[in-house]
Amino acid sequence: MIREFGTNEVIYIVLALRWTIALSLIAFAGGAVGGLAIALMRVSRLGVARLFAVGFIRVFQGTPLLMQLFIVYFGLNIIGLPTNAWLAAAVALALHAAAFLGEIWRGSIQAVPSGQGEAADALAYGYVTRMKDVILPQAARIAAAPTTGFLVQLIKSTSLASIIGFTELTRAARSSATPPSNPFW
Amino acid sequence: MAASIWERRTKRGEQVYQFNFAPVFNALDMLLVGVWFTIQMSVAAMSLGLVVSLVGAAIKTSGPRPLRLCVDIYVELIRNTPFLVQIFFIFFGLPALGIRLSPNTTALLALTINFGAYGTEIIRAGIKSISKGQIEAAQAIGLSWLQVLQYVVIKPALRAVYPALTSQFIFLMLGSSVVSAISATDLTAAANDLNSLTFASFEVYLVTTVIYLALSILFSTIFAGIGRLCFAYPVNR
Repeated sequence: MIREFGTNEVIYIVLALRWTIALSLIAFAGGAVGGLAIALMRVSRLGVARLFAVGFIRVFQGTPLLMQLFIVYFGLNIIGLPTNAWLAAAVALALHAAAFLGEIWRGSIQAVPSGQGEAADALAYGYVTRMKDVILPQAARIAAAPTTGFLVQLIKSTSLASIIGFTELTRAARSSATPPSNPFW
Repeated sequence: MAASIWERRTKRGEQVYQFNFAPVFNALDMLLVGVWFTIQMSVAAMSLGLVVSLVGAAIKTSGPRPLRLCVDIYVELIRNTPFLVQIFFIFFGLPALGIRLSPNTTALLALTINFGAYGTEIIRAGIKSISKGQIEAAQAIGLSWLQVLQYVVIKPALRAVYPALTSQFIFLMLGSSVVSAISATDLTAAANDLNSLTFASFEVYLVTTVIYLALSILFSTIFAGIGRLCFAYPVNR
């Protein structure tokens, strides 16, 4: 017998929203830290750092998120960590977000008029002061809109975590659609 | 922490993971069938999706109000829901209405609908980038309606949004990996099959990822070439 889709099912699905939000927040936090590092490396004067950042962005923007999830999921075991859908989803989404945010913020940093950086140089500011007090605050204003846009995309992307067995909104909806009264499914 | 677990394992004489790519490369033809399907499906979805986007953009810029509202709802609905949920909705939801589609048809349909929504916004932006003065100037020097549309609206608009459209195609191709969730037979599904045959999970998915990377680099190179051929005329002189 197929179970009715009633209030309990709706509550079950809505409660799973908390995992979607938690996963999105963790991915965004991890992605923000990683993305800032990638963006700074991408505009750095060091050739090696630039090359690493370009490679990182290329690989993560050029492969499906689903594959990234699979690789992290099965790769955790190889480096000796327990196979855990939560950890895998968080790590993969954070890396994915780092690549996209890195590229977005790289653009924002480069959109700050070059005179600003030159003025900071002329005032003999060091790298940290130049970035922290002159360039990044101006870049942040430019970055606000595209970052919000990506955040929406990231929240939608967390639905893929259901494929590696993480119970969030999409998975909760799927398990409501396949009732336990039929054990074959 | 990872290293310490590894050390402990090695000390205890336990087997540390041995990479074994042989079974993957032996069954590479399985993956190549999937690659071909992914390419076909992506190109087909893009072509159909472009038609949808052109119609959508035309309605959004100069259609009657109720139709415009419909396109607005379509675009917002698709752009604000995950692609996976859209596929599930079409594949598991539509049979309740008596419409039963095969996994591969569903995949193509879902990808087309998805691309159509994003494409509508992209092309609308391109049309909006053409200033009214351009069209009036073209009419003033006596170009026909069709010439105005072709040389003054469509070509510059397409040129302006070409990079956005190509990157949307790359996203479409990468996003198509999700259709394996409803057992469509794309590259990811081939990888899943191979995984359950060989149990060399990490190796299978690593090779598959490299194939996807190669595909996206290949397509962005092809599109850059096409762009250079078609839009090579100078703009600001």
